[in-house]
Amino acid sequence: MSSEKVIPHSEAAAKFNKDVERVNWHDETLWFVRAKRDKSAHQIEDWELLRETASKIKFNVLSNIHDYLVEFEANAQRNGIIVHWAADAKEHNEIVHSIMAKHEVKQMVKSKSMLTEECHLNDYLAEKGIEVIDSDLGEYIVQLRKEPPSHIVLPAIHLKKEDVSETFHEHLGTEKGNFNPQYLTESARQSLRNTFLTRKVALTGVNFAVAETGEIVVCTNEGNADMGAHLADVHIACMGFEKLIPKREHLGVFLRLLARSATGQPITTFSSHFKKPRDGKEMHIVIVDNGRSTQLGREEFRNSLKCIRCGACMNTCPVYRRSGGHSYHNAVAGPIGSILAPNLDMSKNADLPFASTLCGSCTNVCPVKIDIHDQLYKWRQVLVKEGHTPTAKTVAMKTMAKVLANPTVFNIAGKSGRFVMKNVPAMVNNKMNKWYDQREMPDVPEESFREWYKKNSKESKDKKNE
Amino acid sequence: MSSKGDILKRIKLNQPTEAAELPDLNLLGSEQFDVLETYKTVLKGIGGDPVEVADYNEIINYIKSNYNLDKRVITTLPELSEIASLDWKTVDPHSLQDVELTVVKAHFGVAENSGLWVTDDILGQRVAPFIAQYLAIIVHKKDLVRTMQQAYQRIGNMEYGFGTFIAGPSKTADIEQSLVLGAHGARGLIVFLLD
Repeated sequence: MSSEKVIPHSEAAAKFNKDVERVNWHDETLWFVRAKRDKSAHQIEDWELLRETASKIKFNVLSNIHDYLVEFEANAQRNGIIVHWAADAKEHNEIVHSIMAKHEVKQMVKSKSMLTEECHLNDYLAEKGIEVIDSDLGEYIVQLRKEPPSHIVLPAIHLKKEDVSETFHEHLGTEKGNFNPQYLTESARQSLRNTFLTRKVALTGVNFAVAETGEIVVCTNEGNADMGAHLADVHIACMGFEKLIPKREHLGVFLRLLARSATGQPITTFSSHFKKPRDGKEMHIVIVDNGRSTQLGREEFRNSLKCIRCGACMNTCPVYRRSGGHSYHNAVAGPIGSILAPNLDMSKNADLPFASTLCGSCTNVCPVKIDIHDQLYKWRQVLVKEGHTPTAKTVAMKTMAKVLANPTVFNIAGKSGRFVMKNVPAMVNNKMNKWYDQREMPDVPEESFREWYKKNSKESKDKKNE
Repeated sequence: MSSKGDILKRIKLNQPTEAAELPDLNLLGSEQFDVLETYKTVLKGIGGDPVEVADYNEIINYIKSNYNLDKRVITTLPELSEIASLDWKTVDPHSLQDVELTVVKAHFGVAENSGLWVTDDILGQRVAPFIAQYLAIIVHKKDLVRTMQQAYQRIGNMEYGFGTFIAGPSKTADIEQSLVLGAHGARGLIVFLLD
């Protein structure tokens, strides 16, 4: 695994926090989405039962995924779909490219697929001289800006309309200074319509793959997956193997949960079931592992594979809302990304499980009841044990453990600490002290609680009164 | 080609060994509410327009007075041949790019989310409801079900190449969470609720 140098989450978050007004706006915008989710969920009497049911279905999938995959492939093939298997990102990209090469096509229109972000498909295809256009409006915006999406459902949530206006002015020739979302969306519609009408190959993601029927379901609000797939000669759908569900009837459970959890909508505008290719056309499904089978073997972390990518954990996360998706340097950001990423590359993503307050809000909103905050905590143990955390932190933690374990040492440390803070505050209130970052140190008490207790407890008073 | 074998081998080795039964779905979807009223309220809430009609004549009159019939209107329903063309089912789907209005009929609708279930045999062409500027879908009031639980019971083992739930017009909120109707698909959706 490559361990390219990345900017640690805390550092990227500190940068993001420099623009106070924008951070506040980002925070409030995502909280607004979270509030919509609550309102929508509370209208469904069965909500908690739905979550429990979805979680159980997904657990059944994890326990039987081998057989379900075999069943799914056989049914998909019977439906006339060509099925491919990719062990990792590289093989996934090569398969997609080979399909393009076979048809001698140099252009692709793509609807949202976080898997292809995970595999860095766009960069790979660009190197091969293939032009990819992302058609989800949010993805289109970030693609024009040469940025990755900052959120799995709301890819451009970090941008303001002024930013989008500037980008569209530069690339689509829209009126400078026209910030109207209606106008900007219309411009993208016109431009992308032409793309849909001229591309021979369309790539989509997969929300659910049904073992029983060999069909896949793709959910969008914009209709971009459908515009692409129904006009192209070749439809390629890429999926991580955990997207499987056993039966068609289980879609009823997941479609009730997905959009409500994601944006508070009762359902996405389109929930499209692709079972067979159009007459005379081709449909491919690429089933990808890329570390998922390893995660399946990690007993404490395998539940992360239940994820249906709604993004609810991000919208509710106080750390995500105030640090932005890009600070997670991973295709999937936020709490769920932080438990998926270390599996892909422990060294590169060792900072992510620490980008959390462990408040548990993510776990509370997760539609498939993944124990996200527990897993974040457990990853921390694994990462420290395997030596992936910064030395300074490890030394500090070990020192603290020693001090707390020995009452005499603890007493002396407390006394000298109070002395230093009172008499030479600069020794503590400086950049070397991480606790001093963004905080004022407290006033130093005259005595420790222990000293006070010795003087004031009933026992000592009784002694004095004797 | 060998990746399939390797992946399946690793999965078999690593998947949990404890048996996990599938849950009983019959416990779900027992919510009671007024199906028609809920359907209309939810549809309006997501930007669609419900129109109650007694028969196809009312539909024809509504379309005549609300859409420009000089533009291209297509349908799969012979009842609407007076206002819409029927001879487009085998043309190149790209040639539907100038369609102003597509009118189709759904198998059924779902009250809790206003979704309408359509499959390729009643769509004429898969792209027809997406490529048009506007979309109108007809559904019988008696064909409204309560929740997705009943929806999939109704779909059962139905055979199709493509099927989709359509709930409201195409939309996006990708620019600062401002809702804009008409992202790539239809800019508006009329649902004719037929007696």
